[in-house]
Amino acid sequence: MDLRFTDAQPTAEERRVVERATGIPDSESHDRVRTDSNLRIFRTGRRSVVNRRHLLLPALETVQSEIGWVSEGALMHICRVLSVPPAEAWGVATFYSLISVDPSPPQVWHICDDIVCRRQGALDLIDRFESGELQPPDSRWAPSPCLGQCDRTPAAYIQRAGKDDMVVVGPDTARLNGLSPDRHSPNGRPQPPPIPQFGQPHLRLLRRVGAVDPGSIDSYLAAGGYQALEAAVRMGRARVVAEVKASGLRGRGGAAFPAWIKWETVANSPEPVRYLICNADESEPGTFKDRVLMEDDPFSVVEAMTITGFAIGARRGYLYIRGEYPLATKRLSRALQEARRQGLLGEDADTGVDFDIEIRRGQGAYICGEETALMNSIEGLRGEPRNKPPFPTVSGLFGKPTVINNVETLCNVLDIVTEGGDAFAQLGTAQSTGPKLFCLSGAVKRPGVYEVEFGATLGELIDLAGGLPDGLHLRAVLLGGAAGSFVLPDLLSMPLTFEAASEAGVSLGSGVIMPFDQHTDFGDILTRIAEFFRDETCGQCVPCRVGTVRLEEALARLRRQPRPGDKDLIAEIDLAMRDASICGLGHTAAIALRSALDLGLL
Amino acid sequence: MDQPDTAKVATEMVQVTIDGASVAVQKGATLLEACQQMGTEIPTLCYLETLTPVNVCRVCVVEVERNRTLVPACSRMAEDGMVVSTDSERVRHSRKMVLEFLGSSVDLSLAEDEVGDWMERYGADPARYGPVSAPAAAGERDARKPGHHHHVNGETAEGVHQPTKVDNTLYIRDYSRCILCYKCVEACGIDAQGTYAIAVAGRGFDARISTEMDLPLGDGACVFCGNCIGVCPTGALMFRSEWELRRADLWDPQAQSVTRTVCSYCGVGCNLELHTQDNRIVKVTSPQDHEVTSGHLCIKGRFGYDYVQNLGDVEQNSIDEVLQAARRRSPK
Repeated sequence: MDLRFTDAQPTAEERRVVERATGIPDSESHDRVRTDSNLRIFRTGRRSVVNRRHLLLPALETVQSEIGWVSEGALMHICRVLSVPPAEAWGVATFYSLISVDPSPPQVWHICDDIVCRRQGALDLIDRFESGELQPPDSRWAPSPCLGQCDRTPAAYIQRAGKDDMVVVGPDTARLNGLSPDRHSPNGRPQPPPIPQFGQPHLRLLRRVGAVDPGSIDSYLAAGGYQALEAAVRMGRARVVAEVKASGLRGRGGAAFPAWIKWETVANSPEPVRYLICNADESEPGTFKDRVLMEDDPFSVVEAMTITGFAIGARRGYLYIRGEYPLATKRLSRALQEARRQGLLGEDADTGVDFDIEIRRGQGAYICGEETALMNSIEGLRGEPRNKPPFPTVSGLFGKPTVINNVETLCNVLDIVTEGGDAFAQLGTAQSTGPKLFCLSGAVKRPGVYEVEFGATLGELIDLAGGLPDGLHLRAVLLGGAAGSFVLPDLLSMPLTFEAASEAGVSLGSGVIMPFDQHTDFGDILTRIAEFFRDETCGQCVPCRVGTVRLEEALARLRRQPRPGDKDLIAEIDLAMRDASICGLGHTAAIALRSALDLGLL
Repeated sequence: MDQPDTAKVATEMVQVTIDGASVAVQKGATLLEACQQMGTEIPTLCYLETLTPVNVCRVCVVEVERNRTLVPACSRMAEDGMVVSTDSERVRHSRKMVLEFLGSSVDLSLAEDEVGDWMERYGADPARYGPVSAPAAAGERDARKPGHHHHVNGETAEGVHQPTKVDNTLYIRDYSRCILCYKCVEACGIDAQGTYAIAVAGRGFDARISTEMDLPLGDGACVFCGNCIGVCPTGALMFRSEWELRRADLWDPQAQSVTRTVCSYCGVGCNLELHTQDNRIVKVTSPQDHEVTSGHLCIKGRFGYDYVQNLGDVEQNSIDEVLQAARRRSPK
């Protein structure tokens, strides 16, 4: 590799930050200062280069969060330290919406204007920012896609240079001067339990949420924590995989793929180096269940990952969490430290399980929730999905067999191990086993995460959330998020199972249930969805890169002055995107729009 | 290339059915190779024999039984028992749409000739998306931020049109013609040159080929080997001489001849194809199937030809003035 850097030099602070982020002593990078004698650094073999490339995103992310932006000097310094070609590092830095390559004030407000927030105060808030009425000192602001706070709208995520990022929600968002620098909103006031079903006896996934102190491993242990890991070690690897197989557990991220197939394939792989990834890049608009689990029961996530790593024979797990979840990140980091200190995690853990976990923060890219894009992101490449096959179970992270499951999926493993796969399979229906979390938001009285057994109907879930606010009646429900579809009230009696959804031609997606009332401007909602996909497509393949733009344009015409055939055109675009796009983003980008057109919502 | 080879004969074969006919191909062969073996033409844009398939243009998609979506022929391995359709309704539709998407957003007027034929074959009509949007100002697309874009009204079809980047005397970058096939990135980096001077930057529709910080080529890592020009399928990357002649309406392929020779700079033996017009070298390529170069050259072979036609010493002709203009750093 032939590397050439520009003359730009980092500041002393940027040097320190990069040193901390990469763990590579600054002294080692001095020989990489460009002089006439080493204008071009030539290296044979890519080993050392590949070894450091995966530190690119953490380095960029740390500089961004400490300094507030990534200067040319910082970028060049990172490239020197990690032996990354500057053009490629530039390509990575400009891929993420939370990384700024332009000078930026210390505070950047990302104000959610997505489907739920925009109907619940966000547009007004943005007006007030736009007019200058609201002006946090030393800040700039930008609209943001869904921040996963749909149960406490409107929400904003604030990047703060040199300080912890934070999220502000609800009325606090507009009360700028109420911000305290170190605390998570809402500040100081007693907080209601994070879930409406708090204390109910049927809870499994949510049973510890609000009941244990998320910062204390003792509290977790007292609530039965780590009994599952103990049981798993007793049972042995093969049995754990067998129990997961017996449980019928299917992925909760959207694709509903049987978890055991991934586990078994990797567990039986001849390749000794394997990886586990916990996909915590929860970014589907309307989805916030994984956030609740991570914020209020972080040790469960850590324990579930440890059991999974043990079962599939992985020594290292990555937890890839979206950057917009600072509280969850903080609590998980702390949970990892605590677990290591207690001998429950790490190379020489007392449990005998040689497994450790590293947290990687996403930097604002919905596409990185796609499993292979996520792997590329960890590897320091652009978050572009890979073509499959090969599947991650064969060639995943760093080309090694990899199991990747989302947070909710993994958390189910605790009960599967302690109670047995058969007992788990008794819950729910034959093809949709176990408990399921649903994210209720929009036109409901009590938005939040709700846990039910598979088989509860759509209407029952909406009733659990208190039904629609008084005076409103149900017009339609967006099921499964922006990548899901609209359904009419005639489907209220549909059981929310994979099989019933599939029969109705819809998808449960990530468990989003978003009711809309009779006053809804669906054109506005659909436009936001179209904008979302256009903003979030990686741009790699033609059908998705251009298709999302053409969809947005066709929808704009439909709302104003349709050309003849515009509806057919949307159907044609949709078909090509479903058939020819590389990944699920392109496959699903037009589903909500088409369902709304079919149902006459527009 | 296709000579019988005992090692090959011993290789494991897989049987696939393509458009109803059965064919045996080597294990590890792609569906594209299987199709080529049968003489079935598959359109490709981002594929090149000498580069790693990136399967992003999706114009080569084919239908494989029991696959939910279409698959890219260029990179999908043939598996025993696969049943493939290369001209089904779904395949034709996706190819048509891909060609329309590109035709409605990119200037394809200098793309390889087959593109027009495919447009016709698949009934692609890029004009139905409306007139293309006004060109962006210089540098505007390069400064776009991921995750944000301006509202659209649907009156125009957004395109990638923008001013040509002319920042050196050897070649130009006209990204109005760029279909983002990644070929130049691969030729610059991992597959040929190992220089990594360019990469894809930005995201979504604003993704673009870029140097670091959008620097002019001479300020970055570019070594001016011109291998990116050699693989560009749409004329987005072009010899400065060709670009100037085209601007002056003096580019005349009919009047050109191609002379194959061996580069005289070193002992490697790279074959050159000198494209001459009016007895002047206007472009240099290397045959893609040449075993030494695979179509790739270095700066000397690609651009270092002036010594054979010192314009001061010979009689001036009609294109000399333009060729001299190409020596200027900034165009008029």
